[in-house]
Amino acid sequence: MSESLTCDVVVVGAGMTGAACALYAARAGLDVTVVDRGPVAGGTTGAGEGNLLVSDKAPGPELDLALLSLRLWAELAALHGPEVEYDAKGGLVVAETPEAYDGLRAFADAQRAAGVTVEPVPADRLRDVEPRLAPGLPGGVRYPQDAQVMPALAAAHLLRASGARLLTGREVTRVLRARDGTVRGVRTPRGDVHAPAVVNAAGTWGGELAARADVFLPVMPRRGFVLVTEPLPPRIRHKVYAADYVADVAGDTADLLTSPVVEGTAAGPVLIGAGRERVGFDRSLSLRAVRALAAGAARLFPFLSEARVLRTYAGFRPYLPDHLPAIGPDPRAPGLFHACGHEGAGIGLAPGTGLLIARALTGETPEPALAPFRPDRFPRPTKEAPR
Amino acid sequence: MRTPEDGGTGRAFEVTFDGRPVEALPGRTVAAVLWAAGVTSWRTTRDGGRPRGVFCGIGVCFDCLVTVNGRPNQRACLVPARPGDVIRTQEGTGHED
Amino acid sequence: MRTDLAVIGAGPAGIAAALAAARRGIRVALADAAPGPGGQYFRQPAPGLGAEGAVPRNARRTWTRLRDALAASTVDVRPEHHVWCVERESGRLTVHALLGPEQRASVELRADAVLLATGGYETVLPFPGWTLPGVVTAGGAQAMLKGGLVTPGHTVVVAGTGPLLLPVATGLAAAGVRVAALVESTDPARLPRHARALAGKLPEAAGYAARLLRHRVPVLTRHTVVRAHGEERLTGVTVAALDARGRVRPGTERLLPCDALAVGHGMLPHTDLAETLGCRLDGHAVAVDAEQRTDVPGVWAAGEATGVGGAALALAEGHIAGRSIAARLRGTAPDTDTWAPAARARARGRTAAAALHALHSPPAHWGEDVPDDTVICRCEEVTAGAVREALTLGAGDTRTVKLLTRAGMGWCQGRVCAPGVAAVTGCPPAPARRPFARPVPLGVLAAQHDRTTPHDDHPRPEEGSP
Repeated sequence: MSESLTCDVVVVGAGMTGAACALYAARAGLDVTVVDRGPVAGGTTGAGEGNLLVSDKAPGPELDLALLSLRLWAELAALHGPEVEYDAKGGLVVAETPEAYDGLRAFADAQRAAGVTVEPVPADRLRDVEPRLAPGLPGGVRYPQDAQVMPALAAAHLLRASGARLLTGREVTRVLRARDGTVRGVRTPRGDVHAPAVVNAAGTWGGELAARADVFLPVMPRRGFVLVTEPLPPRIRHKVYAADYVADVAGDTADLLTSPVVEGTAAGPVLIGAGRERVGFDRSLSLRAVRALAAGAARLFPFLSEARVLRTYAGFRPYLPDHLPAIGPDPRAPGLFHACGHEGAGIGLAPGTGLLIARALTGETPEPALAPFRPDRFPRPTKEAPR
Repeated sequence: MRTPEDGGTGRAFEVTFDGRPVEALPGRTVAAVLWAAGVTSWRTTRDGGRPRGVFCGIGVCFDCLVTVNGRPNQRACLVPARPGDVIRTQEGTGHED
Repeated sequence: MRTDLAVIGAGPAGIAAALAAARRGIRVALADAAPGPGGQYFRQPAPGLGAEGAVPRNARRTWTRLRDALAASTVDVRPEHHVWCVERESGRLTVHALLGPEQRASVELRADAVLLATGGYETVLPFPGWTLPGVVTAGGAQAMLKGGLVTPGHTVVVAGTGPLLLPVATGLAAAGVRVAALVESTDPARLPRHARALAGKLPEAAGYAARLLRHRVPVLTRHTVVRAHGEERLTGVTVAALDARGRVRPGTERLLPCDALAVGHGMLPHTDLAETLGCRLDGHAVAVDAEQRTDVPGVWAAGEATGVGGAALALAEGHIAGRSIAARLRGTAPDTDTWAPAARARARGRTAAAALHALHSPPAHWGEDVPDDTVICRCEEVTAGAVREALTLGAGDTRTVKLLTRAGMGWCQGRVCAPGVAAVTGCPPAPARRPFARPVPLGVLAAQHDRTTPHDDHPRPEEGSP
């Protein structure tokens, strides 16, 4: 059966980013169709924890996008909070050594200057804030803006709220382009969808979709695991992780190193995630990675040693070489917009991304400026270069 | 519950279920001891507070979770009863607070 | 510890394989979660109960033979080993098992070959009231009877479909329980079609039928249980007749008072360990070649794990696997002629299993008739209505239904609800991915990390943002 549809914009990808793009585009008055080769939330969205974090971001364009997104998440929660299990629980970042605490406070000071709300928590108050935390930690910083959603529910409910037409189980085989290079829709095995604009919200598959529009975007997958415990009573109040800070080669900024994020959920299980590995699309179990997650969590919360882990699963974070997403119009293919490569932050950054894409679609000037996220910032490798 | 071939070679011993004494035969699981005492449920669910007991009987379904000697979430169909065991109906997650 | 062959599961397939390999000079460790070997089929009452047990007489002879052979063999029997993962790293296999009923400590068995003889478990399709205490699986009632010599009630209805219902009903009746009815949804008129394939099974079935008659157990074929009644526990079931298309015939409902219902709709293989190892599955079963090898080097599978077919088939498959392993571990190809009788038994067993499977499919349209307020996922208390709602949210497969509803995310990891979710949604049933075959204490994983990581390489925080 083949059919042909016409609309204002086709969003490729029914994950969280695609849902947010659909929602804000529809709010801007556009007729939206969302196409996915799988079901709703079938990719990275369905394999993540739903971290909405500012705490882990250094001042810069990604933090600005996160601050915008967290504001938008709070607005969305007013409409859909319970359905998407939104919980403004706040984050707590702890240091495990006095040096790390110094680094953490310096990092937090810089974040504060960039608009992040930070609340230093000295050692003697840590267990007031998070009672089950391991004793003897030198201190931490609380980030009240950090929050949580259940990502698959968020994607599904925001897609429904968008009113967009949802076509699942349809792989885009080709991004259709006119002779002058402008985009005019997508081809699927069950018919074409015509539109003057196509949004690439295909997550880890974003590079492949770009290739099907004949443009280069080096999105790569990075594996991470999540551990899920038996249901427990509410014992962990925040999103909690340990952090250390190492000076980079130039020595003028600090890079953040974090432990697994440990947090409770509305349903009871504690989630622990997630390490990062560059292993391509290998979903098989890495006991080594899973053990490291468990050890990190048990150091922060000794009581978890007794909890039983019911399952673990792998997800793939889509990332670009400079670890910033690609957001905005692609000058190489007029009508093509990208919204992918958010690495481990896609759920948190989705509303901001969706809003910026909607503004770009309607010709408004987006702010903060999309320049750092330009999708054409990566030169296509020459044939000799290793891929 | 009937115990078709009671009176075997092992010596009976006592455990408690929610504070009351229950006779147990050696080698029986906690679930078998409770069935023999006419008890078919020893857990209530997290959301609905509904009673549950043995379902699959072979350790697959986890419906028969029970608290034994203060340790919650033991599968009653797998754990052998031992003299003096304190067996308690488990509510919700089985964990305190 | 190290061994040549680690056999996981000490049921018929695992024992047969362990014996066949050990007789050929292979060092074998035979691990099982139960306190003693036998599996579900040869499950024995604890010695302290001082009873023969409820194993059928002909099976008892086979069991005595296997038990004595095992005792006389070099096989290292390891009871109370709950295997949670088999790890394969650079070609080496490590079996991870939690010990004892406590399951707090984990041990490792390193082996050059692993046989997955993990057996199967029963499926039950959901219906109103199926979560009430007193409703148990048919296999569960049998296991409790065999192992603990206890029964679920005074008056029992045995219901569902499949070859397990007959021995369960006769076993319960022999134990002194009043079996109010054996309710089988299959139409016996379909039997002749499969008579040839099932010829070997008929004497056994006839024996069960005679015993049902002796215990005056009413048999209702082409009937099904539509509802279980009770508040805090079961007080009765409503049964109804099915029409030719498998739908309930209106007006045929009647109430059978009972305090226990033993119900089953067939079995599924345990494939978690195989799936995590990367073995190819064929539908729900582990795919194997003529030697019972999976497509992962060093890993064999036999018994229900490769397709549900009963004890005789499992014994044949296990025997073949054990001989194949013995040859392959020596670097030689086995002479398949030497196991020709077992191969013939396997062929017969598979033909019969396929016929039984075709004969005993649960009623069509089951899922459509489940009311919205019936719990489908027993662990997370997810109703049929919630599962159906997930379809309208864009789920098209059981994994997405799970993500959107939590059906299958609880303690049992969807083992019980998966057939129900598939039935209610119409999504194709697919084996779930369960990297941990059992719950593992987080401290066990953490200790393995701390042990394998040098002290100066402190658990390193990960690069980048969480």
